[in-house]
Amino acid sequence: MHVSRLFRATSVCILAVGVHAAFAADALTVVSYGGQYTASQREAHYEPFSKKTGIEIKSVDYNGGLAELVAQVRSGSVSWDVVDVEMQDLERGCSDGLFERVDLDKLPAGSNGQPAKDDFLEGALHPCGVGSVVWSNVIAVNETAFSGRSGPRTIEDFFDVAAFPGKRGLPKRPNALLEWALMADGVEPTSVYDVLSTPEGLNRAFRKLDTIKDESVFWETGAQMIQLLVDGEVAMSTAYNGRIQGVISDDGKPLRILWDRQIWNADYYAVIRGSRGKAAAEEFVRFATATEALAAQAHIIAYGPVRRSAEALIDPEIAATLPTASANFQNALAFNAEWWTDHGDVVNERYASWLSQ
Amino acid sequence: MRGFVRFRPGWGLLLPLLVFTAVVFVMPIGVMLWKSVHDPEVSELLPATKIALARWTDETTLPPPASFDALSSDLKKLVENARIGELALRLNREQPGFRQLIERSANEIHGDGAPLMETDRRWSDPSSWRLLKRAAETYTPRYLLNAVDMQIAADGSISRQDEQRQIYLRLFGRTIFVAAIVTGLCAVIGYPFAYALASAKGALRSVLFFVVMLPFWTSLLVRTTAWIVILQRQGVLNELLVSANLIGDNERFALIYNFFGTVIAMVYVLLPFFILPLQAVMRGIPGQYVRAAESLGGNPMRVFGRIYLPMTMPGVAAGGTLVFILSLGYYVTPALVGGRTGQLISNQIAFHIQSSLNWGLASALGTILLAIVVVISIPLSRAVAYGRPQR
Repeated sequence: MHVSRLFRATSVCILAVGVHAAFAADALTVVSYGGQYTASQREAHYEPFSKKTGIEIKSVDYNGGLAELVAQVRSGSVSWDVVDVEMQDLERGCSDGLFERVDLDKLPAGSNGQPAKDDFLEGALHPCGVGSVVWSNVIAVNETAFSGRSGPRTIEDFFDVAAFPGKRGLPKRPNALLEWALMADGVEPTSVYDVLSTPEGLNRAFRKLDTIKDESVFWETGAQMIQLLVDGEVAMSTAYNGRIQGVISDDGKPLRILWDRQIWNADYYAVIRGSRGKAAAEEFVRFATATEALAAQAHIIAYGPVRRSAEALIDPEIAATLPTASANFQNALAFNAEWWTDHGDVVNERYASWLSQ
Repeated sequence: MRGFVRFRPGWGLLLPLLVFTAVVFVMPIGVMLWKSVHDPEVSELLPATKIALARWTDETTLPPPASFDALSSDLKKLVENARIGELALRLNREQPGFRQLIERSANEIHGDGAPLMETDRRWSDPSSWRLLKRAAETYTPRYLLNAVDMQIAADGSISRQDEQRQIYLRLFGRTIFVAAIVTGLCAVIGYPFAYALASAKGALRSVLFFVVMLPFWTSLLVRTTAWIVILQRQGVLNELLVSANLIGDNERFALIYNFFGTVIAMVYVLLPFFILPLQAVMRGIPGQYVRAAESLGGNPMRVFGRIYLPMTMPGVAAGGTLVFILSLGYYVTPALVGGRTGQLISNQIAFHIQSSLNWGLASALGTILLAIVVVISIPLSRAVAYGRPQR
């Protein structure tokens, strides 16, 4: 008797809590890439936001891509509220109607009073999402592979197997890689995407990749790329700057980032269409992309803030390691997500075919 | 009648199993088969255009003017419902560049009511319309054709895919090849082990069983990573060979991130699936058959070949079928250790589900893989019957 009454009381409580959580938006589910990156978001964005508003944030990890989002939005059972997406997924998901529109006028001005529209880097404000960090595709070099002589300094060096022997780590997806292949073949950063749009240009990029194919090891995930570099399996690899910087500053590994013609990309916070806590989700996005929140995040992980006003709040020593530092940014290329949305299907198939031969 | 009534509670007990089978087994496979040919997206987005284009007979000329009005009104509605992007993305998959064409034309029609023809000169080209008509078909062989490196052109003709984009047939071939090699190696390694396991007694048997079952207690990821640690260029095996001066520091073997690595890691993971059913069959074979054959003068090779091996064939076939079918769908191991040459078809299926969102193509690839499994497992299940003691 006692047990059953206790049981009934508990189930009523659980039901009540469940109903409460579902209808009152005092909890948000924010989805991001996990690992060090989500850790930086938790410390710089989630926890301060909860402290300020009392809205709890539930953090969920995913591997990027839109499959899960499509499934949720199309089936009408949306359990996520805010998602951290990269440029290409934002562009595509926005076309596909997966995100709520952003009211750009409501974004707070920068800490120096600069209105949001002028404060954000170009491209960081999108009809469907608000930029948070700039991250970059770079080349990472394992210094021990070149001890006693000078290592590679440019993109041309990465493709020069004779002068800089050693295995290359390459991704199993062609994004950013084709751009580098063309630039190493002499194409100016400004005309990379024009050249790549022509059949001859695409062939040219693949011919350049042919020259390092036999000297390459192909990786699937960022974690695998780090492991290949740290274990000395490859002498250098295409890489994401934040992860490399983490391994350098936290673990003291002998890696070096080669900033020459980095291809920068951005991550965005976007609100999922049909989110049950839409108003709170929008408030979170505004909070997390304010100057202070972005500057705080840059102190934890080496991704650059998308607001210009945040630079003044960042420790100079840390600022020098960010992709947005002027010394690193000189001949940077902006990743063209639109080009990839238009040509991705064909190019991915061709790259997969090239890989399998 | 009474017998039938008494039988009913038994059916009740079966119900959970039937429901479970229907929900987790029959339904997903049905949806997959269905999705590989059923593609209603464009016809739902362009209902008026679809009807108008049905009356277009001579496809070498432009479609009748009514089609232009129909498309204009469909596009306008899509802009109002904010669904124009779905159509643009979908058509872009048929032909790169269509995303911008659709979005720009739709916005101009919606914005200042421009006539469709004036928004882009591609609308004066019959081939754009042929593409629309083809894409608006609700049932399509397109994905199944793509999955075997064929393509269907806007005029309906079927041809091979551009050479540079051909990939799936090669990957299907490689997947079957890898599965065959893995099954063969499992048989060579697993048969003696299963025999040892079946004939061992007491503590030795417990130890052998423990060795077979041990891998199941550790995560697949951890075990695969362990192979990376052992086999990589700077790994345990190469270090040993170098320090023993068997190979030079520059001659280290590439044992992982390739075809070889995939095969090794898969054999290791799948070996228990071969050994366990086989040893069960072996334990059921009475010793007197072999002894009788020996007493009749058969030498060991002959006794094994004529008596013992045929009687264990059901176990070999069961284990072999299990390993072969599991290998066909293997995903995690090739993704981690396969590098470039060890990728299998499952890695492409995952890519189309997760990244390119081309679920129709993913379903078609899955359908073909299922067909391969069915075709291959029918003769194998006959082999299970072969060698069964005649009664």
